This record gives sequence, structure tokens and C-alpha cells, in this order.
Amino acid sequence: MRNFLLIFQKEIRSYFNSPIAYVVITMFLVLSGYYFYNVFASFSTVSFQALSDPMLQRQSGLLNITERVVRPFFGNLSTFLLIMLPMLTMRSFSEEKKSGTIELLLTYPITDAQVIMGKFAGCFGIFSIMLLLTIPCFGFVVAWGQPEIGVIVCGYIGVFLMGGAFISLGILISSLTENQIVAAVLSFGSLILFFMLGFAATKAGPGMRDLLNYISFIPHLYSFAKGVINTADIVYYLLFIFVCVFLNMRALESKRWRG
Amino acid sequence: MIEVRNLTKHYGSQRGIKDVSFTVEKGEILGFLGPNGAGKTTTMRILTCFMPATSGTAKVAGFDVFEDSLQVRRRIGYLPETVPLYTDMKPPVYLAFVAGLKGVPYRDVKKKVAEVMDDVGLNEVAHKYVGELSKGYRQRVGLAQALLHDPEVLILDEPTIGLDPRQIKDIRNLIKGLAGKRTLILSTHILPEVTMTCKRVLIINEGKIIAEDTPDNLTQRLQGSMKFEIRVLGADKEEVREGLKGLNKFKNINHLTGEGKDNSFRVEMKEQRDDIFKELPVFFAQKKWGLRELKQAGLSLEDIFIQLVTEEN
Repeated sequence: MRNFLLIFQKEIRSYFNSPIAYVVITMFLVLSGYYFYNVFASFSTVSFQALSDPMLQRQSGLLNITERVVRPFFGNLSTFLLIMLPMLTMRSFSEEKKSGTIELLLTYPITDAQVIMGKFAGCFGIFSIMLLLTIPCFGFVVAWGQPEIGVIVCGYIGVFLMGGAFISLGILISSLTENQIVAAVLSFGSLILFFMLGFAATKAGPGMRDLLNYISFIPHLYSFAKGVINTADIVYYLLFIFVCVFLNMRALESKRWRG
Repeated sequence: MIEVRNLTKHYGSQRGIKDVSFTVEKGEILGFLGPNGAGKTTTMRILTCFMPATSGTAKVAGFDVFEDSLQVRRRIGYLPETVPLYTDMKPPVYLAFVAGLKGVPYRDVKKKVAEVMDDVGLNEVAHKYVGELSKGYRQRVGLAQALLHDPEVLILDEPTIGLDPRQIKDIRNLIKGLAGKRTLILSTHILPEVTMTCKRVLIINEGKIIAEDTPDNLTQRLQGSMKFEIRVLGADKEEVREGLKGLNKFKNINHLTGEGKDNSFRVEMKEQRDDIFKELPVFFAQKKWGLRELKQAGLSLEDIFIQLVTEEN
């Protein structure tokens, strides 16, 4: 536990000692804030128009703030995270391999699992900070509307789980190469692939459709954003993280094997 | 303390080391000598559990490096050749981090770090980031992290490489100070370093051990016949050569330097233990030549090393 905390602390420190944490967090907040402004402003415009237009009022869901603001916002957060999280994870093992510090780290009396979990937790810490900083957005929603609080909480749980999955995959990939650019590109690529798997589902046969939908990231996030906590979705993300961490441990071990 | 048996390591089809066996007793300093790429670092990486051997076993303090890797790592302090450090930390912070990982108890961490920084002389740069330090200070930080948990075994890969002469002296003194208390393996391709710090030398070339002994024994073993350097005044080189030949005690009379009536020769004795220091001055006095210099040309570790490495080839 102590080793895990030490690695965690070291990771957090190195994110903040370099510009990475500041740049990634700022950029993420700029993007999500700008998107929120737009979606919230257009919702209020529509609300104003609806005051004088009974036709608009009758359209279902148009004036539902949960449906029009909260859910799209979570949907887009996931896209921004897709871009930002590989920036955080790409250095985690690659940098240590490139600079050789991995040689010392792996000759200290600590287990691979402690190293991986420490790095995962460090990255997750930065991710949590940037995600929690989006909460003020919902302050506006709550102050000037009546959204369903449950849906917001649920959405955050979903995004946290999804971010965890992104991070575990990113760290796994970074343990496979000593080149940070390669790690970043591979992480982007595979994350986008997991996003797009759902696209093929519409054209696939019934069995295949379910499978593709289950493997893809999006459907799982959407049910969270709808305010549904489904055990299957939680299990999906946790399993995803578990598999990535497991493969990561094998990858580190194989490095020892292959020399 | 350290027991290595038939260690072999392949990198793909390339051979790293082949059939390396040796033992190191507790408290001993072993010098690991070899040209670049001979397999020193490979052997050390196996001993420190960074990578496993293709075949063979290595034990540190009775624990197998592969089976009981964690136990071995607890007992080893390692300084890799490249001294890889986290550049975004200050030395005290970095050392505290390492001390924690190495299991130094919470309340001792501060004291231990201060102690080690004192030992290696890091106090004057404590406020700088590791990335800003000069090579010499980085080397000290590397050494400090190896010493932090008072390991029984220290493995130092080329600890003095890239340092200036004063720093080299400091580090060597530090290493000598560690002798006795700890078992030490020291790799280097700088030969005087071995004579100065090590009790026993292991010469490795192309992945194989080609000699193992004390520096003195190695010198004696390889010396063969005695060699002398003679500088003679007052005669031409041909005249001196004939004169020396006439004594019938030398073989291989080689002219080294000089011209006119001042020449240096290197000669080799035909038989061992001839009392040349007595006879030669008498002979020179008869000839009325001046004997400017007469000295035994000992084999330096360099000579031995080159001899061994080229013999193998």
C-alpha cells in the first residue's frame, strides 16, 4: 500500500511539475465550457421562443433541460476525454523506458502491480480534477432550470468509469513502446475504434449487433447519461479496466522475459 | 554472498553472455573488467533482477534472482551505467521517494536521506532539480539512491565514468570506505580503478570470463620472463646492442628511442632471477659507458588486459 501511494504521489507530482497537467486540464475546461455555453444558450433561446409559440411547446422533449443540455453535455465530455486522456497516459511508461528510469524502478523491491496501479491512480487523479472542475457548469443548470439531479450524478459516474477505461488502455499501450508519439497515436486509434464499433452495429445481423453494441463504449455511456445505472454497464467498464491492467502486468513481465 | 552459475543470456540470436560462473564472498570487492560490450552490464542486470538469464542460476544472499526476485531486490543497491534519474525532482525529494520504495521505515526516511546526502556530498545542490545537476552530481545522486537502505550488496556499473579527476577520486574513496561492510561488484573499463579499489578482478570478454584473480596474481602469472629498460650513454646503438648480446643473458634486445650516443633498449632475460642489477653496472664500467637508467618493466594491468583479450581472439 505504501509503495502504491509513493508511486501515485510521484506521478501526480510529475504531472504538475511539467506543464502537462496544466495544459491538459485548461484545454479540457475551455472545450467543455465552450460547448456547455453553446448548448445552454441555444436551449434558453428555444425556451424564449416557446413562450410565444404554442406549437413549439407541444414538441416532446424540446423543453426538457435534462434531455437538451445534460445528456449532450456528457456525450461531448466523452469526446473531449478521448482527445485529452491519451495525452496524459502516453508518457506513463514510455517516458520511463526512454529515459531508462524503468531500470531502477523495476529493481526496487516493489511489485509490477503496485507500479501499474500507482500510475493508473496518478493519472486517474488528474482526470478526476479536470472532471470535477466541470461541476460549476451544472451550477448554472440547477440555478436556472430544474434538471434531474439523479441524471447528473449518474452521468458523472458513467464518465468516471469511462475515463478509467480510457486511462487503463492508454497506460497499457504506453507500456508497449518507448516512443510517446507512438503511444499517443495507438491510444487515440484504439479508443476511436472502440467508439466506432457501434456504427457497424446498425448494419450487422442480430447476434453480431448485440455483440458490437456491448463492446463499444457509447451505448454504455448513454444509459448512464439517461440516468440508468445498469449493472451490465458498470461491469463492462470495470472488466475493461481489469483486462487492461492484467495485460499491462503481462507486458511488464514479458519485458523481463525478453530482456 | 553472490553465487553465479553457468549464466547465459541471448538477445534474440545474439549472445550476451555465455556460461558465466563466479562467486563473491561477503565483504569482498569484486572488479568486473572488460571492454565495452563484453557483457558486464548484462550480468549486472541479471543480478539485479531487471531481466532474467536464458539459462543458469544466480543467487544473492541465498535467494534466487528469478524465484525470489523481491527478496533479492530488497538486499541490493544498484547504480546503472546511465544513472537514470527523475529529472523533475530535487535530490532530497527523489531520495525520500526511493527510500520509501526500498522500505525504509517512515520515521527514519528524513534522517536516512540527510545521512546519505552527507556521505556523498550532495548538500550544496539540495535545492536544485536533478535535471539541472552536472554529471558528477547526478552520479552522486545515483550512488546515494543505491546506498539508501544500507543494502548488503552493492552493484555499481561504471560508477566513475564521465567524472572529472577530482570527482573520480572522491567516488573511489567513498567506494573504498564501503569495503568490508558490504559486498560490492564494480564494473569498469578503466583499469587503474580496479587496482586501486578491488581485491579480486574478473576479466570478461565477448561474454565469457577469461581470467579471475587478484590484481597482483594476474600480474605475476602473465609476466613470464623479466623485462628491463636500459638507457646507455657514450656508445652507438649498434655498439651497445653487440655488447649486450655478448653478455649472453638477454633475448629480444629492442632499441626503443634515442640517437647518437644516448640510446634506450628494452631487453628480456633468458632465465629468471638473474642478478642483473649487480652485473650490468660492472659490465658498463668496464666498457666505460654511462648507465643512465636501469629499471624493471613491470606489466601493468593494461598490458595484462590487452594480452588476455587478444590471446582469446
